[in-house]
This record gives sequence, C-alpha cells and structure tokens, in this order.
Amino acid sequence: MKEISLHILDIAENSVTAGATQIQIQVAENINNDELVVSIKDNGCGMDADKVRRITDPFVTSRTTRKVGLGIPFFKAAAEACEGSFEISSEVGKGTLVSVKFRHSHIDRMPLGDIKGTILNLLIGNPEIRWIFRYEYNDNVFEFDSQPVIEILGDVPMSDPQVIKFLRGSISDGIDQARVANHHSV
Amino acid sequence: MNAIKNLDDLKKIREEALAKRKVTETSGATQVIVAMGTCGIAAGARETMKAVLEYIEAKNLPNIVVSQTGCIGLCEQEPILQVVSGQQEKVTYGKVSPDAARKIMQEHVEKGEVVGDFVIPSVG
Repeated sequence: MKEISLHILDIAENSVTAGATQIQIQVAENINNDELVVSIKDNGCGMDADKVRRITDPFVTSRTTRKVGLGIPFFKAAAEACEGSFEISSEVGKGTLVSVKFRHSHIDRMPLGDIKGTILNLLIGNPEIRWIFRYEYNDNVFEFDSQPVIEILGDVPMSDPQVIKFLRGSISDGIDQARVANHHSV
Repeated sequence: MNAIKNLDDLKKIREEALAKRKVTETSGATQVIVAMGTCGIAAGARETMKAVLEYIEAKNLPNIVVSQTGCIGLCEQEPILQVVSGQQEKVTYGKVSPDAARKIMQEHVEKGEVVGDFVIPSVG
C-alpha cells in the first residue's frame, strides 16, 4: 500500500469488523511542527492485553478466513521507516485506538494520498456507523460527523446518486478549504 | 472550524429520492457489495468502489445500495465485487478493476445481464 489513506481505510475496516457503532478518524498535518498524525478510534469489541501485544506481529491475526494478518504490521513499518511512531491501545468491550505519527518532511514518508476517497468509501460502504472525521491543517480544522446525515436520510440510502454528490462535495470542499486557508503561510 | 454546511440541501435530496423511489419501486433495489479487507484494499478495492460510486453519480442511478464486506477468503481474486439484483442469486466477480466495475455496472446493474468474463465460478 502506497498511501497513508489506504492504511487508514484498512485500519478503519478493522474497526468495522470489531462491531464498532462509532469510529473517529483524525488526520492532522502540522507543517510548522513537521508532523503528520493519524488516529483511528472505535467503540468496537476491543482486544485483551495479550492480543494487543502480539497484534503487530505479522503472523497473528483475528481473521478466520486466512491465517495471516498484515494490515497493522504494514502500517507500523511504514511509520517507523520515517522516524515516526505507531501506538495501539485497546480494552475488551470498550474499543481500540490506533495512533500513528510521521515526520511530515521525511523523504521516505508515503503520501497522504486520496483521503477524500477513503472517507467517502467508509461512509457510504458502512452507512449504519457514525463516522466522525476530523482533518487539521496547521490551525485549520474541518470536521464531518455523519450522525445528522444518517438522521436526515432515514431509509434513503447513502448510495443515492444525489447523496453521493452531496457527501463528495462536503468532504472535498471542507478539506480543500482547510488547506487553502493556510497556503500562504507554508 | 468548517463543518457540513447545507443540511437543508440534504433534506431536499431526501425528498427527491423518496419521490423517485415511488416511480421505480417495482424494479426493486440492486445491491452492490465491494470486499474491503486488507487483501482487497491492497489489490485496489478503493478504486473499484470509487468507480462504482462515480458511475451511480454520473448516470444518476436510483435504487442501488452499495455496501462493503471484509475478506471472503478469495484473496487472489481481489478486488471482488458482488451484485444482488432483484430475485437473482448473488453473483461474485473477481479481479474487478475500475474498468471492469464500470462494465459490470452497465451490463449487470443497469441491464440485468451477468458479465461472464469476470464471474468467479462456483461461489455464492
């Protein structure tokens, strides 16, 4: 996987599989501090201490269809390859938090990539989950909470063409505005 | 802080969608499912999903419910896309590139014709 956004998608899918009803994704690009911080927090089933310890080992997985899980070790390796850090904490019955830090300017840091596509994909593909997405670019913040969208739509699917258009526009404009507002100070 | 601005727009969209649904109700909803496990994502499932959503948006197709599933144990066939149309049984497609996804949307989802080239045989 060549984008941080693909890893975010992958980790968030773990949260979906863990039965989460609420998933928070934060992406913070801070140019001044030379940091790119990603966190994914869910209220899913969580893992016990032993499993958390072993979860970064590529030969441990919770999947039942195949015996090898690679998503988390991949993401950890990507962060550590560019002076970053990877942390995971979890509690059974409470949920899981994954936080990853990258050095923004590191030459080996993979690009953030298509974060808009990742968020749209998660929202529409898992419409029953409350998604809270927060994007920061230096001091600017864009936040998207799918709860009001879910309430308004009722039984109209998120994959209705006009709804897709609405969501795509909201996410895209929000991220672009956060970036543009800072452009001159970079 | 920026947030979603036009929730009133969304209310309008909902009303329009409901009105449209009454007209087309007899045909029933078609389900499109994209597998989004690590194997699927690494093989390009997000781009497949993107092609599906863009197709629905571009053609303004109502009554399609898009969802996701995890790894279904056929990692070598990823990206995998499944279609459940009306009363037909679920059809599972493998190696679905964005181009293949557009073809499946056009032939199967719109016209009801299964795209034989991409079907994974003997899968539900």
